[in-house]
Amino acid sequence: MKFTEEHEWLRVEDDVVVVGITEHASEQLGDVVFVDLPEVGREVVKDDGVVVIESVKAASDILAPIDGEIVEVNEALLDDPGKVNEDPMGDAWFFKIKPADPSQMDEYMDEAAYQAHIA
Amino acid sequence: MSDLHMTPLNALHRELGAKMVPFAGYEMPVQYPLGVMKEHLHCRAKAGLFDVSHMGQVILRAPGGYAAVAQAMERLVPVDLLGLGVMRQRYGMFTNETGGILDDLMLANRGDHMFVVVNAACKAADIAHMRTGLTGVEVTEISDRALLALQGPAAEAVLVALVPDVAAMRFMDVGIFGSEFGELWISRSGYTGEDGYEISMPETQAEPLARALLAHEDVEPIGLGARDSLRLEAGLCLYGHDIDTGTTPVEASLSWAIQKVRRSGGARAGGFPGAERVLSELHEGASRARVGLRPEGRAPMREGTMLFADVEGVEPVGHVTSGAFGPSIEAPMSMGYVPQRLAAEGTELYGEVRGKRMAVRVARLPFTPATFKR
Repeated sequence: MKFTEEHEWLRVEDDVVVVGITEHASEQLGDVVFVDLPEVGREVVKDDGVVVIESVKAASDILAPIDGEIVEVNEALLDDPGKVNEDPMGDAWFFKIKPADPSQMDEYMDEAAYQAHIA
Repeated sequence: MSDLHMTPLNALHRELGAKMVPFAGYEMPVQYPLGVMKEHLHCRAKAGLFDVSHMGQVILRAPGGYAAVAQAMERLVPVDLLGLGVMRQRYGMFTNETGGILDDLMLANRGDHMFVVVNAACKAADIAHMRTGLTGVEVTEISDRALLALQGPAAEAVLVALVPDVAAMRFMDVGIFGSEFGELWISRSGYTGEDGYEISMPETQAEPLARALLAHEDVEPIGLGARDSLRLEAGLCLYGHDIDTGTTPVEASLSWAIQKVRRSGGARAGGFPGAERVLSELHEGASRARVGLRPEGRAPMREGTMLFADVEGVEPVGHVTSGAFGPSIEAPMSMGYVPQRLAAEGTELYGEVRGKRMAVRVARLPFTPATFKR
């Protein structure tokens, strides 16, 4: 698993990358009340805003960590956005992206580096 | 956060695990480990304890007693204060020369004097305003007392165990009670839409009293985050957001706070700053109104969202002044200003959220029914 400075986690699953936010990010956000997901099939470029998370405090964006195509979104979050607080590292993934250039993953942190980053 | 004031409960908030934020010049708890959503729901289900010690407590005295203070104060607020019963409290607002709102406040008749509670952010300006505007009245800021709010259906049972006489109080009654925590100034009021009390105590007693209340299994501490969603569900205005110097009481749908005797034809009509405009709006109607708004879907429409009459409209017709997710109504909710012709309940409007026009309907306020003990 890789981690971005924006507190996203990226997990490679066959030829796609699953993206979610970290436990730390979900704690900072507070109770999540709404999630806006991208359309499946959308081509995104790194740093495009793809997901909006509304918590009791504010709205935050999740940016595309890499270039690629959105191939699946977690529609369960639309009905139950609270999952983002309950299981941010597991069930509450946001989208799966098919990377255009898998080497873009290389710049991201491993877990130890991320833990040091948030410490 | 070194320049921030602290309330007498600062150490207790930290001990309880609160996340502290700057608010109106004070370091205040925005949430406790329970989190905003659960704090909100707990307050509606049982009882929540709020530190509101940052608010301003002011005593007004005059040689002529309460009546003299009330008469002077009626020159600053459009409220019937001479007609306010002994040990009763009323909501009101300071107006400016154009009928805008300088602050909203609570005013109590305490027999031989008046006691008022004003917003933290406006405290200094309000006190200066009263010192200038109230001739012959002694204005004393009470800076050695803390203020707590205990809100929710269990509030009465919890407080009665410490101060038995509060059971008899009705909504907007005020009382002065001796207790093991010193002299308590209690009103049966609050800002959540729930039954409950606001309790002023000597600052040295704030922590012991807060601990005694929190010792009850039904009481949880509640931060500013849930205080905001609770007051918004209750349809109550937040000064600086839903009301300010650019909104009149009539536009703000606060006409109910202006009693008949202060309106045109009343025995003491007008006589407050901006009366001409406010009285005319009471009679003719204001051009716009503060309304409740229920967005469709789950996305909150937050403060600043522009409102449009239709999907393609170019010119906004209004804007959102407060918006959040309502934990009790399990839906997003907002308040905002719209033209009078679009203010009827059920009117469909569109709010622009992240470049998209989202449907929103004008809705009745409050979003949750109030449970005051009348």
